[in-house]
Amino acid sequence: MTARIGVVVFPGTNCEHDVVSAINRAVAVAVAVAGAGAATGDGATETVRAEAGLVWHGERSLAGYDAVVLPGGFAHGDYLRPGAIARFSPIMDAVSAFAAAGGPVIGICNGFQVLTEAGLLPGALQKNRDLRFLCTTVGVTVCSTRSVLTCEAELGSVLRIPINHFEGNYTCDDETRARLRDEGRIVFRYTDNPNGSVDDIAGVSNAQGNVVGLMPHPERASDLLLGSADGMPLLRSLVVSAGRRASLPA
Amino acid sequence: MKFEILVEVRLRPGIADPQGATIERALPALGFTGVTDVRVGKAIRFTTEAADVDDARRRAAEMTERLLSNPVIEEADVDVRARP
Repeated sequence: MTARIGVVVFPGTNCEHDVVSAINRAVAVAVAVAGAGAATGDGATETVRAEAGLVWHGERSLAGYDAVVLPGGFAHGDYLRPGAIARFSPIMDAVSAFAAAGGPVIGICNGFQVLTEAGLLPGALQKNRDLRFLCTTVGVTVCSTRSVLTCEAELGSVLRIPINHFEGNYTCDDETRARLRDEGRIVFRYTDNPNGSVDDIAGVSNAQGNVVGLMPHPERASDLLLGSADGMPLLRSLVVSAGRRASLPA
Repeated sequence: MKFEILVEVRLRPGIADPQGATIERALPALGFTGVTDVRVGKAIRFTTEAADVDDARRRAAEMTERLLSNPVIEEADVDVRARP
């Protein structure tokens, strides 16, 4: 089975080709397809292969895609605030509708900022505590496997994944933070908080787990040649999630 | 009528403001003691056409809510003046 994954390109996005390349190398394990026995895992299984393609931000439709990624970069120059202008790009109405229909939506770094500005994820990302641009590899703990980006990852595992941001300091009010904790929506935590994020949060999901945003770049940890392949369980999870969606009856 | 608008955006109380804190720590080094509550924000100025001052205020408030500020972490004041 082939799952199609759309990678959105805004003016100023710069990680789209890395994401496409990493996704296309993340051949997934067998997935229970929809139909008899799917819920119990006794049904038919298929191996999912992803086919990622670029989607210009001026498009208005995501028809034919089984998952969407908003990659990193500096959408619309990050002017005003990161993500503030990108959230009004024409494609974003389709992204919101796709998310509301249960489609897997991932925001990486700048994409995470876009998703919070769009209200698809709670909270906001403000300037790093020490006012420094951070470009380093950090430890990230998988805190929930109930998300489209971690369903194939091991709960509690620590992944070595690069970060590359100035505004990655996750901020939300106490009520939101309590809700995220109680509902198991803190998907990733830093092992050694680099930027001042509340509760060491590196990534969160929506209530359904189908929209996930994270500051670390899994696509930059997709091959041992890059220093780490720890991002692959996340990318495989995305491919599996897209495969599940692709197997749903139209 | 034309109106000159000034929108002042700053971080909400309770949201850490590392720029403000850094400035606050730097001022005593220059002899300016007793300075507290330093908050760094941004000022956005523009001119807009509107029917009257209330209309101009309403439009500026909506722009501020939807684009110029992020209400999750920021608050804003809007100043409206009729252009002479």
